[in-house]
Amino acid sequence: MLKLRDGIIELYKKVATSIPGDVEDALKTAYSNETEPLIRESLNVILQNIKIARTTSRPICQDTGFPVFYVKVPKGLSHQLIRDMIMDATRIATDKIPLRPNAVDVITEKNTGDNVGEYFPFVYTEETGEQSLIVDLMLKGGGCENLGQTYKLPAVLTFGDKEAIAERDFDGVRKCILDAVFKAQGKGCPPYTIGVAIGGAKDQVTFLSKKQLMRRIPDIHTNAVIAELENKILNDINRLGIGTAGLGGRTTAIGIKIATAHRHPASYFVDISFSCWANRRGRLIW
Amino acid sequence: MLGKQKGKADMVEKSAVSSQQSASKRINTPLTEDIVMSLRIGDIVLVNGLIVTGRDKVHKFLAHEKPDKKDIPFELHDGIIYHCGPIIKKVDDTYKLIAAGPTTSMRVEMYEADVIKTYGIRGIIGKGGMGEETLNAMKEYGCVYLHTISGAAAYLADRIKNVRDGWKIEEFGAPEAMWLLEVEEFPAVVTMDARGNSLHRDIEKISLTKLKELFLEKRGIS
Repeated sequence: MLKLRDGIIELYKKVATSIPGDVEDALKTAYSNETEPLIRESLNVILQNIKIARTTSRPICQDTGFPVFYVKVPKGLSHQLIRDMIMDATRIATDKIPLRPNAVDVITEKNTGDNVGEYFPFVYTEETGEQSLIVDLMLKGGGCENLGQTYKLPAVLTFGDKEAIAERDFDGVRKCILDAVFKAQGKGCPPYTIGVAIGGAKDQVTFLSKKQLMRRIPDIHTNAVIAELENKILNDINRLGIGTAGLGGRTTAIGIKIATAHRHPASYFVDISFSCWANRRGRLIW
Repeated sequence: MLGKQKGKADMVEKSAVSSQQSASKRINTPLTEDIVMSLRIGDIVLVNGLIVTGRDKVHKFLAHEKPDKKDIPFELHDGIIYHCGPIIKKVDDTYKLIAAGPTTSMRVEMYEADVIKTYGIRGIIGKGGMGEETLNAMKEYGCVYLHTISGAAAYLADRIKNVRDGWKIEEFGAPEAMWLLEVEEFPAVVTMDARGNSLHRDIEKISLTKLKELFLEKRGIS
């Protein structure tokens, strides 16, 4: 089991120091679509930074994030054991890579110094029928995490001195997402990847919207209606003109991924999670 | 796909950051009022000299406790505060900087005007821009906001030559401490100047106009 711990440390290193190929490709496309020198230069710096981080094995961003694990555990293997191993690996990875210590005790306001604390890292485990253990890791930046929003439909959205109603339909969903992106502006390092969940329980939609950020950018939703919705909303978002680093231009988001869950008749939640351009995710199969 | 859109979308792209690109300007700390007043939004600058980091805890502390200047180990007057929580590793007796990009500036909006006024800050480096209160303080006291590329932590760390010292490391934790950094050709864009102009406000206005249009379109899924 020592080797699994080393595997998780390696996973941390890979996720912190390199971004997935599909995200890098999307950023390169964004670069080639821009014309304004300042915006092109901003994307150029981002692409250079990705290269420097990868070749020098340094974190892409100084905010190495809130580590979130989604683990599929084969039958018979202890979930608690996996959790303990993740905590051990986190301590070592923080020192070795190094990661920025991000776990702050809410009561004492002290930073634990090793990225381990109460519910930190956050670990979701589920049993799988497969033989392999699958460990997915997301290093979630704090700036973009702060931009997340939960809407309860119907909702009144204010914009400037006006109001719009988001009703309980996909146009209402679209309006909520646009409202969230407008409020986000350039504060959380665009171009964003956006995860959305529509459903009937508050905790369920926040979990699902964040988990959508694990989907690859070219991934097309299996449901054609949702796939079309994702496309339309991405187009709309990119008409807002917020752009790279909030400096304007054509690419405010590189992808939007929507999940659905059956809802209670009384409830219609729309939850939105943002990832900065450095959407850091990775998988270890054991 | 977006490149094919004509008309209004094209206008949006051009209006905020017009093509008034200038060659980059080299500025040295401590900044003078003349330097600050010479900078306009859209200018690209390369910062050289000493700067200090300060983020959430530092700002809350400075604004609430108002420590005496003599109790702060670094000179803040005419200086630059960098909104940054770096990764710094202590190797023997020296601090090694690993990664150091900007953090979201807007979180310290409630403190910044006060900090600029009390400590005579001439420059803020951060990301995402700041609000009206800070913009007004910048105009009143002569200060600029220098936007640097978010998430470019390795790229920017390579332009920080030295970690001179740190303050409040134990108390605030390493990411939130005040670090004294020596920078060389550190790149940034002036996005809020001392004349009351803000590129962030301009972009927000443009996106609000677009948002209104998009809200009015009934584009439900068929």
